[in-house]
Amino acid sequence: MKLSRTARAALLGTMIFGFTFIYLPLALVVINSFNTNKSFAWPPTGFTTIWWSKAAANDGIRDAVMRSVITALIATSIALILGSLAAAAISRYEFFGRDAISLLFVLPIALPGIVTGIALNNVFTNFFGKLTFFTIVIGHATFCIVVVFNNVAARYRRLGMNLQEASMDLGASRFTTFRLVTFPLIRSALVAGGLLAFGLSFDEIIVTTFTAGAGQTTLPIWIFQNLFRPNQAPIVNVVAAALILISILPIYLSQRLTADK
Amino acid sequence: MALIEIRGLSKSFGEVKAVAGVDLDINAGEFITLLGPSGSGKTTVLRMIAGFEDPDAGTIKLNGEDITHLPPYDRDVNTVFQDYALFPHMDVITNIEYGLRVKKVNKEERRKKALEALEQVRLSGYEKRKPSQLSGGQRQRVALARALVNRPSVLLLDEPLGALDLKLRQQMQIELKELQREVGITFIFVTHDQEEALTMSDRIAVFDKGKIQQLDRPAAIYEKPVNEFVAGFVGVSNLITGNAAQTLLGKSGTFTVRPEKIQIDKAQGAAGTVKEVEYLGPSTRFIVDLDAGARLVVLRQNTDESAVDVMSMRGKKVNLSWAKESEYRVN
Repeated sequence: MKLSRTARAALLGTMIFGFTFIYLPLALVVINSFNTNKSFAWPPTGFTTIWWSKAAANDGIRDAVMRSVITALIATSIALILGSLAAAAISRYEFFGRDAISLLFVLPIALPGIVTGIALNNVFTNFFGKLTFFTIVIGHATFCIVVVFNNVAARYRRLGMNLQEASMDLGASRFTTFRLVTFPLIRSALVAGGLLAFGLSFDEIIVTTFTAGAGQTTLPIWIFQNLFRPNQAPIVNVVAAALILISILPIYLSQRLTADK
Repeated sequence: MALIEIRGLSKSFGEVKAVAGVDLDINAGEFITLLGPSGSGKTTVLRMIAGFEDPDAGTIKLNGEDITHLPPYDRDVNTVFQDYALFPHMDVITNIEYGLRVKKVNKEERRKKALEALEQVRLSGYEKRKPSQLSGGQRQRVALARALVNRPSVLLLDEPLGALDLKLRQQMQIELKELQREVGITFIFVTHDQEEALTMSDRIAVFDKGKIQQLDRPAAIYEKPVNEFVAGFVGVSNLITGNAAQTLLGKSGTFTVRPEKIQIDKAQGAAGTVKEVEYLGPSTRFIVDLDAGARLVVLRQNTDESAVDVMSMRGKKVNLSWAKESEYRVN
């Protein structure tokens, strides 16, 4: 389809406008992390790396980053195992209540985080006695499972049963079939789902607020607590800038892996 | 002793009886076709021989051994799937080697055999291509090579030519038949295309409603159909029944006459009117409504007279005649 010159110019303008809104604030965060002025006055008054070294030396940040990383790793692992098993069961076997179970699996991601948070908080405080680090992990796993499940179930649907049948027809046992055929073909869906789950868990704040035990500060909670303290603001900015840079990698990877060859 | 002995094979899916008591003996080295419309049970029979479906009743023996409930990987049969089912993440040669690889054949030997198989299907030089880089016909050949390299007792082919265009399909029919003679492996071929079945098979089993309606050589199936279904499914049915049979043949029952056995331009015979004329190139097809109450299709070779004029026969009164031995009772 050929577009007229005016239409193309209009579309280009809209695109630039949209991208500006998305990426200019992000660029500002990165620039301000090197700004000598504590209150982010524009234009920057000078260049400094002092906030970056201060952030690196801050125990609170390091502690929070570690906790967030470990939480996301465990929640993602749980999600990968349970989510892919559920996807395999639902896409490859016929059984009573299959559609209902499929819906129940996906529902948690549609629930507002605050509802999940309150519900889990009730259960944890009433039946487990108190909130701990692991209550955060369980909270995160509830929505991480969904994204892995969705990714893997979609892949299974697309694959169908033919390739597994062909493999067994050629003499491969069920396990060999999984190892040589099924797993290589769902691997990229697992990686994409896993990266997405990791990302969701890493910056989750609502469910975390309701499920974190005393002193269990994750990175988003730490940022939220420190953002409005005048002395900490530049350091928070550094953390944000660092996260932007670090996030680019997994997004790039998951895009490449899910792209059809 | 037959290579494959099938006795009383049955399978239902929910309420639907897909296969309703099939008995079939298949000899070693035979090219047998399971022919029938979709839903006739032919594919289900094939899938039970392969081991993808578990029969509700009956037995399947291969070389005298009961394989009815063995898993697919414990059977000495291989399948060529309708959509080929090539592994998309492996290149051509790895696909072909797959069966030997899982049977722990050493690397050198399996590479050698795979290359031979590739040559056999005339695809040498394509080893490193991915299935997505091949045309439909080439994928078909790879699927064949991947199955044949294992030298199974029986090769099962599930409508393998269905996705190819007409020219390629006809070419592959010849190649398949040649290949089968060359390797001497028993082929069980599933199709709904009667012409394909007639061209390629040593024997044809015509399926309908989960049962074998007739099992015989192609010529016998075509010339001597045992019932209305076979007469209609294999070729044009041309049924003469009821009053028409009484009037024209002086007998009661249902009879069939093949279109090419009928003469249209004789002065005597059954009177009728030409409803439609279709010019087909080498031949012309006439659809004639007989006054006695039957509609017959007549096929005439465009041999001598100028076939340019055949179109003018539409609407004309004609007489149809055929030899007594060409009319065949089907009911």
